[in-house]
Amino acid sequence: MHNSTEEYLEAVYNITRDGKAASTSDISKRLNISAASVTEMFKKLADEDYISYSPYHGVTLTGKGSALGRKMARKHRLLERFLHDTLKIGKEKVHDEACAMEHTLSDEAERALCLSLKYPDRCPDDEKMIPPCDLDFATCQECSEWNKGNFEQLRKRQKEVISLLELKASREATIAFIRGGKCMLQRLCDMGLTPGTKIKVSRIAPLKGPVEINLRGSKLALGNRVAGNIFVEAPDKIEQNERKG
Amino acid sequence: MKHTSTSTSLKDSAEVIGNDNGDRLTLALVGNVNVGKSTIFNQLTGLVQETGNWGGKTVELKKGTLSHHGLQIDVVDLPGIYSFATYSVEEQATQEYILTQKPDVIINVVDATSLERNLFFTLQLREMGLPVVLGINYNDIANKKNIRVDTNLLQEILGVPVVDTIAIKGIGVHELVDAALEFLDKPVNNTSRLKYGIEVENRIDQLLELLDNGFPETPSRWQAIQLLEGKNPALSADDKEMRAIISNAEKLAGELVSMHGEDISTIIAAERYALAASITEKVVSRKEAVRKLSDIMDNIMLHPIFGYFVFFLTLAAILIVVSLFGEWVTGVIEGFFESIKPEIAGSAMNIFWNGGVIGFYAALIVAIGFILPFFLILSWLSESGYLPRIAFLMDRPCHTIGLHGMSSIPLIMGLGCNVPACMACRVMNNKRDRLIATFLTTMVPCAARTSIVLGLVGAFIGWQWAVGILFFQFLLIYIIGLILNKIMPSNSPGIIMEIPEYRWPSLKNVWRQAWFRFKEFLVIGVPLIVIGSVIIETMNVYNWLDYLTDILAPLTVSWLGLPAFTGVLLIFGILRKEANLALLFSFAGGAAITTIMTPLQMVVFTIVILIYIPCISTIAVLLKETGVKATTLMVLAEIGLAILIGGVAYRLLGLFL
Repeated sequence: MHNSTEEYLEAVYNITRDGKAASTSDISKRLNISAASVTEMFKKLADEDYISYSPYHGVTLTGKGSALGRKMARKHRLLERFLHDTLKIGKEKVHDEACAMEHTLSDEAERALCLSLKYPDRCPDDEKMIPPCDLDFATCQECSEWNKGNFEQLRKRQKEVISLLELKASREATIAFIRGGKCMLQRLCDMGLTPGTKIKVSRIAPLKGPVEINLRGSKLALGNRVAGNIFVEAPDKIEQNERKG
Repeated sequence: MKHTSTSTSLKDSAEVIGNDNGDRLTLALVGNVNVGKSTIFNQLTGLVQETGNWGGKTVELKKGTLSHHGLQIDVVDLPGIYSFATYSVEEQATQEYILTQKPDVIINVVDATSLERNLFFTLQLREMGLPVVLGINYNDIANKKNIRVDTNLLQEILGVPVVDTIAIKGIGVHELVDAALEFLDKPVNNTSRLKYGIEVENRIDQLLELLDNGFPETPSRWQAIQLLEGKNPALSADDKEMRAIISNAEKLAGELVSMHGEDISTIIAAERYALAASITEKVVSRKEAVRKLSDIMDNIMLHPIFGYFVFFLTLAAILIVVSLFGEWVTGVIEGFFESIKPEIAGSAMNIFWNGGVIGFYAALIVAIGFILPFFLILSWLSESGYLPRIAFLMDRPCHTIGLHGMSSIPLIMGLGCNVPACMACRVMNNKRDRLIATFLTTMVPCAARTSIVLGLVGAFIGWQWAVGILFFQFLLIYIIGLILNKIMPSNSPGIIMEIPEYRWPSLKNVWRQAWFRFKEFLVIGVPLIVIGSVIIETMNVYNWLDYLTDILAPLTVSWLGLPAFTGVLLIFGILRKEANLALLFSFAGGAAITTIMTPLQMVVFTIVILIYIPCISTIAVLLKETGVKATTLMVLAEIGLAILIGGVAYRLLGLFL
């Protein structure tokens, strides 16, 4: 039963990425399960405080549900990368394989996988973004150099992080996490994008174009993919909205 | 005045200009991209140099001589960089130059409007304990934005001389040199107020102490910080001692990492930025923020619809203005030479007039009518700050061929001349991107090739055909980009580029840049064209051309359907593309070109000329930038494409023309 909770939350997470609510039929189509069973599951998930459910509106994730849904999406896409890049399995097959494996992948293995794949940011089949991890690191470099104690001692992130692409234009936010290799990190730091810096997105070009940001009194243009790997603390308002549903 | 040059011969870098001046002083200009460094360089040396306004256009070190109160001083302009992290070739070149050539004084130019980012680099220079004089540029723009920099306080904090400048007006430029000379007499080099966080400082001190024992040279903070960051600080020491120090540095770095919970390079960068921010806060006073013209302009220039509209309008306007101007210049120059044309009799006279004089004025037409206006417009755009905006707009379209917005700048520059455009491809710090962008750039119709399209097809068949051919060429570039992207998929993360304020360019500076190119063409291009033209005319007079044309006939006549003499043109066109048009005129011997070529032949000839091979100067640059193998491949690919497409065009377009 636990597996199906994860599977549902992952599906809801994927659908609600664009900010819209997931309807019963969306989920029913995606998971190939009858609408009646989906409605029943929604009620159960709402009881357990994973989702907020209003019968005609569809569902959105709560903070707790969002964390789990994101985690499953992350494990799924990391596994896809692993299956594709390391094991050389065809693009069309990785999705189903990953679906079966994601529920048994421990968090510790998830981190190890991410490190050994050098912090991938996109999944191989549909180029979707791999969500960031929930560990309390500011950079991947820091994570890769962490070598004391057990995995269990690692702290989790206090606040949810979102990428610059998800940040609404002209809202100020603080850089919480930068994903990528040493070279990329060094370059970003040199340009002033150190963790903890306040930045403002002033413009996002359409069709996955570049992003213009203001920081330290000047303007920078970042490629869409670069911007997608810079994460800021989610502004409070969004969080509140999510809680309210 | 004291002459304290410490020039050393350069061992292992061909990139760097050596200080071979013996006892002359050397000043080196360093700073971020877009800070007006090159403008200061131009003001100081009066030497005409490329100055630009976008990521790393100044990729080569430039050297000029300044005569200052009777003193001869060498001035070197180093590439614009943001850091010494040795991430890019520019950073490496600059660091290497500074460390091996040891210029007497380093003039660090900073942008008053974004002091914080600029000071990040200044702090690195200060760590290295270098003799630095700071020039704060763009005070005029800062004033407009209600930003005031307290120069005296900044001088006090940084411990080095600070001079206010407005480079494009020449204000403060010579005061910078005065400050540098004064500095040499009485070095001020006080870093006591430049301290990072206490944890980092403690560890730097510990390392400095370790380094101090038994090393001949005085270690700098920078070397200690390099050690902390796990980098080789280029210290001479025997291995055993060095190993001990390195392991100590690792231990100290480990302590910092566990304290801050970040990796060491990030900690150091954050420390530098924190210090830069606190200095900026102290010295900069900002009145209420004004809504700047720059922001309002960007709402249009970077707009998802209007932005492209403005961009394409600009491009179209450039093409139209240049072709109209070129046409007018052609008429004037041709008219003049026709009016003084003497009686032509005998082979010597024929060679002199039809070869030499016509070759000369055809070259003049290209230079004055096309090259000069193109470079005037391009350097104006580059100085104004519009080019990074183009990179922003074109980033998304470039992604479809696996490149990013930066590469649109060499491609657009290629419209002027492929030679600087290919060199500009160096801004891409990824070999694959650089290779693809370079190849595509050589396909971009440069001013010379565009002049053939406009001067031949446009003038004799109609502008629709000229536009059609250019459109086809761009389509071809795009398709080749798609194919190359399939063969070599991209793994580049994308642009990280500063977007500068708009600036009203100094016309003097714009003129100097354009003049530089123009002069280069006059000196190298015109003689080449005249010589080529004389040789061809000589061969023509003595009927030697037939041998050459016979050899090429199967290709030119049978496959491409061109007149036999074009074989010679294609060969001489390798010297310079515009030579084709010039030589074509000399072939016609003053008569209209329509008498020696049909419209179809003109179109096919133009298409072949557009594609077939980069000119000799571009090939020279390609060899330097990409190596023998890649250059050979590119040249062969382009020859093959030209033959293929030309032949197909001959057969297909024959139905219409």
